[in-house]
Amino acid sequence: MFKILEANELATNIFQMIVEAPRVAQACLPGQFLIIRVDEEGERIPLTICDYDREKGTVEIVVQAIGAETFKLGKLKAGDSLADVVGPLGKPSDLCEESIDELKKKKIVFIAGGVGTAPVYPQAKWLKEQGVDCDVIIGAKTKDLVILEDRFKKVCNLHITTDDGSYGRSGMVTKALQDLWDEGNKYDHCVAIGPMIMMKFVCKLTQELGIPTIVSMNPIMVDGTGMCGACRLTVGGEVKFACVDGPEFDGHKVDFDQAMNRMKLYKTEEGRLMLKAQEGDTHHGGCGNCN
Amino acid sequence: MDGFVRVPVREQDAKVRATNFQEVCLGYNKEEAESEAQRCLNCKNPKCVQGCPVSIDIPAFIQQVKEGDVEGAYQTISKSSALPAVCGRVCPQESQCEGQCVRGIKGDAVSIGKLERYVADTARELGIKPEGAKEKKGKKVAIIGSGPSGLTCAGDLAKMGYDVTIFEALHEAGGVLVYGIPEFRLPKDAVVKKEIENVKSLGVKLETDVVIGKSVTIDELMEKEGFEAVFIGSGAGLPRFMNIPGEQAMGVFSANEFLTRSNLMKAFDENSRTPIMRPKKCVVVGGGNVAMDAARTALRLGSEVHVVYRRGEEELPARKEEVGHAKEEGIIFDLLTNPVEIHADENGWVTGITCIRMELGEPDESGRRSPVEVPGSEFEIECDAVIMSLGTSPNPLISSTTDGLEVNRRKCIVAQEENGQTSKPGVFAGGDAVTGAATVILAMGAGKAAAKGIDEYLSNK
Repeated sequence: MFKILEANELATNIFQMIVEAPRVAQACLPGQFLIIRVDEEGERIPLTICDYDREKGTVEIVVQAIGAETFKLGKLKAGDSLADVVGPLGKPSDLCEESIDELKKKKIVFIAGGVGTAPVYPQAKWLKEQGVDCDVIIGAKTKDLVILEDRFKKVCNLHITTDDGSYGRSGMVTKALQDLWDEGNKYDHCVAIGPMIMMKFVCKLTQELGIPTIVSMNPIMVDGTGMCGACRLTVGGEVKFACVDGPEFDGHKVDFDQAMNRMKLYKTEEGRLMLKAQEGDTHHGGCGNCN
Repeated sequence: MDGFVRVPVREQDAKVRATNFQEVCLGYNKEEAESEAQRCLNCKNPKCVQGCPVSIDIPAFIQQVKEGDVEGAYQTISKSSALPAVCGRVCPQESQCEGQCVRGIKGDAVSIGKLERYVADTARELGIKPEGAKEKKGKKVAIIGSGPSGLTCAGDLAKMGYDVTIFEALHEAGGVLVYGIPEFRLPKDAVVKKEIENVKSLGVKLETDVVIGKSVTIDELMEKEGFEAVFIGSGAGLPRFMNIPGEQAMGVFSANEFLTRSNLMKAFDENSRTPIMRPKKCVVVGGGNVAMDAARTALRLGSEVHVVYRRGEEELPARKEEVGHAKEEGIIFDLLTNPVEIHADENGWVTGITCIRMELGEPDESGRRSPVEVPGSEFEIECDAVIMSLGTSPNPLISSTTDGLEVNRRKCIVAQEENGQTSKPGVFAGGDAVTGAATVILAMGAGKAAAKGIDEYLSNK
């Protein structure tokens, strides 16, 4: 069992937790992920790592409740435990491999969308610790959904944009990137993490602007160690497993349309289970899948 | 009953079992077991023992069954095998112990597998546990992976008095016994869990949720955590695909994914929180035991199932018993057939698969006749799911993170057959990580050999 030390709701249905997981905390690097199970009957949920403390042996996760399983997770409080936390999985970010001098010469921009803001944080923080500056663009639907703002301000040059213009700049992250570019910010490395549709359009823009772009893919997974192949993607015409070959890939080579399509695989089944979980004993069909 | 025919074993009716996940084979009862045991000739030079990869003293335990001494029989088997209830169910006895049985020359071989199962199941019901070590050696050994080779190696080392810890990447112990082999062949709670508890009762510690090579490396285990030897039994690895058009369509799965969802995550149960696709008509590509397991699982989830295999019936790598069971249950075999393309609708869901007829040409390196396409013989099978069961390639997680660990051309870990020694001192390996995909009992044999190798290594250190 893995004890939850802290649990907060950062915004509506976006939950942050600090969990005891000494082996993961000891070994993880920015870019990697972990898999949790809420309880003994739980599904395996892959989540990105938002922060870690090697001395305390803790990891921080941020998760948006979107299905039966993540709603269950969101209900847990400090003092409760998760049945399983396993990781770190996947490869660390390429940035961790590069020489610090090289990194210092680069103008790096991170583009974070929605709950994808969380996995950008450890990368920006890590760069700061190495003495490397970077820009971060956080995109959210509206002001209330902007998360981790204060912590980002301490580690980067932060730009916020909201779809409805209720906070920061107005419009999608692609508009913010284009505007910053036009304002004279000639980036030469981009990392985009967020919903697949956002990453797709960021990649389209950065291709036009000629900025090499890394994306972090979050497809359906089961074991997370390469065994099942559920998370396979086409990258540059080759089949890759996000769990062991990624999760980060060259965004200009990823087949996003195929990846987005594959996300629909269990939509109806998941929806049925979610309705069942929400309605409990009162669920008597109506979801279109039950008898 | 004359001595030439074995006592038949009771099975669930094929029509009934095709719709449930309960065990197919019901096993012997006391009378049946004792009657079958009478058929053993108690040979002076028992060939069956030579056929057993873990050298169980088969005539001895069968004599004990004959005398009604189940506890004695269990301890006899336990000296050689940590997982008798598993082996009695999934070993290919026909090509091992039973294949060597003198009785088999004229008539049926003694039903050794079913007798082993009877002993293990009865011992479990009676609460009989294997005997542990009398003295502790005070030396720590790490076992990577809790599948058949790891459990065997751990059990043997614990019996010798070593302080053993198993590291398992998944949330549950058992490896292929829990994620791969279905409930209807090997019940999880009733059989696998109990066998693992028996191994733990010998003093073996188990840490789940640890991915060696990621959470911690072998070098760290040896340098920082005080393990003096390590056994790698990490299993087969990454599923292969065919690289044909349409393979990323929705409804195409690896057998590993399909089986892991159903077995480990219990998705066969409607109440499981992990989803699984329940196809209407599904094509399973491949002819091995894993393909049979995937096909029979899909059938039980309500699908019509076609097994597509590029060679003929004789060449099917699966056990005859499994093929027979699959046919009885209504699975259709499209042999000498190979997929060329998978079709999907405008939303990306599988609608069918184009296959081509094959004929057998000259024998290849493996001695099997290699299949050749018949030009112009393409045809389509309509289906909504395709399950690829084409074997696996080794997972590089451990080999790429361990200094000085040699792998061969096929990326399998190089280890000596007689003692499991790898190129790295103190590190031993066995099972599918070394051989590529094979059987439970061969992995157990390798785990056993490595336990001996580790004992020798640590005794001389």
